[in-house]
Amino acid sequence: MKKSLVVAATLAALLAACTTAPVEPAKTEARTADQSAKSDIKPVAAPKTVVADPFKDADALNKIELLKKRSIYFEYDKYDIALDYVTVIEAHSKYLKANPAAKVLIQGNADERGSREYNLALGQKRAEAIYTNLKLLGVQEKQLEAVSLGEEKPKATGHDEASWAENRRGDLVYGAK
Amino acid sequence: MGNKITEELQYMMNFKKAFAALLMLGALLSAPLASAQLTIEIFGSGANSIPLAAPNFAGEALMQGSVSEVVRKDLALTGLLRIVEPGNLLGVEGVQPDHAAWKGRGADALLLGSINPGQGGLVDVRFRLYDTVRATELFVLKVSVRPDQQRALGHHIANKVYEKLIGQPGIFSTRIAYVEKQGSRYQLLISDFDGENAVPALISQEPIMSPAWSPDGKRLAYVSFDKKKPIIYVRALDSVRTTVLANYKGSNSAPSWSPDGRRLAMTLTKDGLSQVYVANMDGSGLRRLTSSNGIDTEPQWSPDGNHIYFTSDRGGSPQIYRVPADGGAVQRVTFAGAYNVSPRVSPDGKTLVYISRNDGRFQITMQDLASQQTQALTDSAKDESPSFAPDGRTILYATEAGGRGVLSVVSTDGRTRYRLNNRAGDVREPAWGPFEK
Repeated sequence: MKKSLVVAATLAALLAACTTAPVEPAKTEARTADQSAKSDIKPVAAPKTVVADPFKDADALNKIELLKKRSIYFEYDKYDIALDYVTVIEAHSKYLKANPAAKVLIQGNADERGSREYNLALGQKRAEAIYTNLKLLGVQEKQLEAVSLGEEKPKATGHDEASWAENRRGDLVYGAK
Repeated sequence: MGNKITEELQYMMNFKKAFAALLMLGALLSAPLASAQLTIEIFGSGANSIPLAAPNFAGEALMQGSVSEVVRKDLALTGLLRIVEPGNLLGVEGVQPDHAAWKGRGADALLLGSINPGQGGLVDVRFRLYDTVRATELFVLKVSVRPDQQRALGHHIANKVYEKLIGQPGIFSTRIAYVEKQGSRYQLLISDFDGENAVPALISQEPIMSPAWSPDGKRLAYVSFDKKKPIIYVRALDSVRTTVLANYKGSNSAPSWSPDGRRLAMTLTKDGLSQVYVANMDGSGLRRLTSSNGIDTEPQWSPDGNHIYFTSDRGGSPQIYRVPADGGAVQRVTFAGAYNVSPRVSPDGKTLVYISRNDGRFQITMQDLASQQTQALTDSAKDESPSFAPDGRTILYATEAGGRGVLSVVSTDGRTRYRLNNRAGDVREPAWGPFEK
């Protein structure tokens, strides 16, 4: 619990640090192209949002590398989000904020070892950890639902550490509802 | 007496009629069953078991299967009786047996039976139990059944013999529920106590979990993912009527009936975390029972109705706790090891069983609630979902053999163990039903 708050805080800080700057050059470039095409007609009253945030792109989910990553992996019997996934969650928060109509179903999973009911709760905790982080990054609650599949829907069906690691996972599923 | 069994069997007939459609569906879809073998392992000398001879009944061919074989299997599974082969001795029901000869063969008790054509397509079955040591008849009983009821009848006779010789009620007519996964198909099955005679109560393309019998044996609560997330349903077994017990935001799971059958405890995540809630049987009157910052799940009522045991990781690792059923101070119950889950309280309220992880192996552990002494009952690696027999003498559980889920039974003294080996699919989530009322 505590750890996931720390991660969230880190995410928020990262987000604040990098939202504005990198977007600017793209905007400028696009505006120049725009101007040259229409310059004969009238001077531009610079339509501010012609080329926006790439996260607003209708196809952003398939274009932006970080958004193509939809899975967060967890340690055995744990539900803390590892720092490796900070940038992934941050990217999804940007997308969800840029697309307020978008919804994501967060599905938590667990490996097959131990009690099915406990694993269902563990999967729920993993989904909730992702949910909480997205919420703290400013995503609206109505865009999110966290559910658990427990150990019932294993992606990897082997009975070894590699399969178990693959199944200790939270998935971001867009357009499920 | 005769009336009683006729009534019981009538009940079973109705039960089957209710599932007739599903049965047919099940028959169409089921892969052929693997051979119905039950292998019993008995540890120790077996010196304390009562030797019983139970030769084939006269006229068994009048029924669709052997009654006496059902009786022999049932009684042998207890580990408290062992079956003595009759050799060349002949026993004829209705004729005084040669007690000394049976005694000489090693049998302290003798069961003889006969089957004759009865009225209205029924058969009349008479069976007698003898004490060969004292050379006395212990009882004679007569019942009339349909020719296809050899299993129900065999279980009934086993109950009578067990009750007489052991002095406790037999569990041979009780039923169990379990989940079978075959390919992408899930079935919630209800069968005889030995896993045979399975009838699907539900077939789904989505996972089914955590079946829980109502104390009267007339309803099953269970968790289904048919709406892409866990929802708790209650199915009335005599009408195939299903109602939603809990479908809140998030996950709904782990139903457990109160001993009076009026309320259910369950795990919900509607308030963000997996926590234990209690509601009336129809889902009304919901109230939260536990409050932690972690996982609280797998609630189980104590048989006296006073406490609810549950699994929680509030202390850093999953352990078993209990809370008064009406709310109050939470008390930790398990202390040894870093993973103790799936608590079940014995019918007499004195013993707790649960799954412990020992060196990476998940095993059935028994704990005396008064002394807190614990004992591992199994040496397997993937045990799950323990469930007490209604007499508290044995525990049914899911484990793994040959890469697939199977059901096993172990006695609480650890001396007897057998596997229910009759399904082709992957079997899990067993729940032992109550004594018939």
